[in-house]
Amino acid sequence: MACIEARGLRKAFGSTVALDGIDLRVEEGRILGLIGPNGAGKTTALNAILGLIPYEGQLRVLGRDPWTERERLMRDVCFIADVAVLPRWMRVSQALDYVAGVHPRFDRKKAEGLLAKTDIKRESKVRELSKGMVTQLHLALVMAIDARLLVLDEPTLGLDILYRKQFYDSLLNDYFDGNRTIVVTTHQVDEIQNVLTDLMFIDHGRIVFECSMESFESRYAEVKANPERVAAARELKPMHERQALGRTIFLFDGTDRQQLAAIGEVRTPTIADVFVAVLGNHNGPKGGTL
Amino acid sequence: MSSAAGMTHSFDAPGTANAALTGTRPFYWSVRREFWENRYLYIAPLAVAAVTLIGFLIATLGRALSTANLSQRRAILEGPLDFPENLLMGTAMFVGMYYCLEALHGERRDRSILFWKSLPVSDVTTVLSKATIPALLQLISWATTVVLLFVMLVFSSLGAAGSGLSVTDLWRHAALLQGSSILLYHLMTLHTLWHAPFYAWALLVSAWARRAAILWATVPVVAVVLFERIVFHSSHFAYYLLYRLAGPEDYLAGAHADHMNGMLPFHPGTFFSSPGLWGGLLFTAICLVLAIRLRRSRVPL
Repeated sequence: MACIEARGLRKAFGSTVALDGIDLRVEEGRILGLIGPNGAGKTTALNAILGLIPYEGQLRVLGRDPWTERERLMRDVCFIADVAVLPRWMRVSQALDYVAGVHPRFDRKKAEGLLAKTDIKRESKVRELSKGMVTQLHLALVMAIDARLLVLDEPTLGLDILYRKQFYDSLLNDYFDGNRTIVVTTHQVDEIQNVLTDLMFIDHGRIVFECSMESFESRYAEVKANPERVAAARELKPMHERQALGRTIFLFDGTDRQQLAAIGEVRTPTIADVFVAVLGNHNGPKGGTL
Repeated sequence: MSSAAGMTHSFDAPGTANAALTGTRPFYWSVRREFWENRYLYIAPLAVAAVTLIGFLIATLGRALSTANLSQRRAILEGPLDFPENLLMGTAMFVGMYYCLEALHGERRDRSILFWKSLPVSDVTTVLSKATIPALLQLISWATTVVLLFVMLVFSSLGAAGSGLSVTDLWRHAALLQGSSILLYHLMTLHTLWHAPFYAWALLVSAWARRAAILWATVPVVAVVLFERIVFHSSHFAYYLLYRLAGPEDYLAGAHADHMNGMLPFHPGTFFSSPGLWGGLLFTAICLVLAIRLRRSRVPL
């Protein structure tokens, strides 16, 4: 069974179309990165998946309709919605008590164990914790819940680089077991490049690109062209080119690696590079190339 | 708390996870967390009680002991102790309305609604747990009043005993036991059931308003009163509001006959057969259903 399945998912706020009929299928055990510019519809899509807003079209999450079955769904789904939504007045001990009190799949011992690895004191109030610590606390609560789907909406926004690294490390090491599914949106795309199994770009309420990270790595190549080979590179029809430190850098989609090696230094591009190329093409004069 | 945590672990056994959420625990913890967040719910009545007690010690006791005339002293000591319950009733109403106006608004303002909604607690449970708070507030108010009256009587007794006056008379006169039962009845009927529409209206507005819930809750009501006055030169709506505040007519008519602060131990049949009560409860139910529906689609402001 697919973890998330959407057909013609649409959501409009007044005359603004936030989701323009997207089709989506996320299998269980995947880590999907949902990438898009501000206002592209990422958060709207997640809100629909989490049963926070009504929508048009078909949507099934773990076989349930999120809008009508939110309460039941939330036993199997966890989410961390952008930054710091933990109530500021709450004590750490109260957060543990409360989640233990309402969630049948919360393992309090596990949460306490995770918190013991941090500097967070049990009697502290959330408002007294630093932003990084609040995220650690929220992550400890969420990781102690035996859920099947975890949704993260900009989970590391505003955190310093140490916390950001730690966040994904502990998610991969202590939580992800190959059966759970994780959907994450973030602007810090390069940090999650090695975390993801699947990638999806969303823009103007539509999915403009999707592929697995496996095929991402085999399909896309970035070449720093030797100056005398620039013309040859252009003949191979790159999807994008840019200038960096006086050199021309080309991005190719599905072009034979050996041909590319003749042009210059070849490497796997970052998600950000492909993102810029795809959205640049999509929005620019050559619209519709995808 | 540790016992609750222990329960969780036992519920975690395979196959029993579904049974764990059959009702009371999310509701219990939802109510409990309201008291964590809004500590003024019990601090306000306690603070009012403390101020009242200090006032009592200075005024009544001080005045009684400063007069040499024994019969005058006795009159002061046995004098009415009725102001504390009025003060505490007023406090409970004020705090209850404030709480309800904030209850479904604050969680959207501080974005914590996203945390609450990430847990398997339904909107029905959430709204009903919040709607329970004004009733619990009446119980807190009652308990505070009873303890306060008791402490005041103890001080009066000390004053009386020191003056050679009868302590027994003092306690018989105060009739604390009878008074507290009447007070409890009064708070549960008038202040809880009869006033329920006010609190439900406040909850509905707090779920609906984007900002300034207090204005949305009050300005339209004032506007209707003024409109009626200007256009029809009448005040039916204003009188109706007073009626909703004061209780069924019988309640008011006999009020002055009673010694305990005008709280009539009237026949429950009269109260529970009053159409005003059931009309009010119907309005309450409608407001709560609408608040639940609104809360369902609410995201942070």
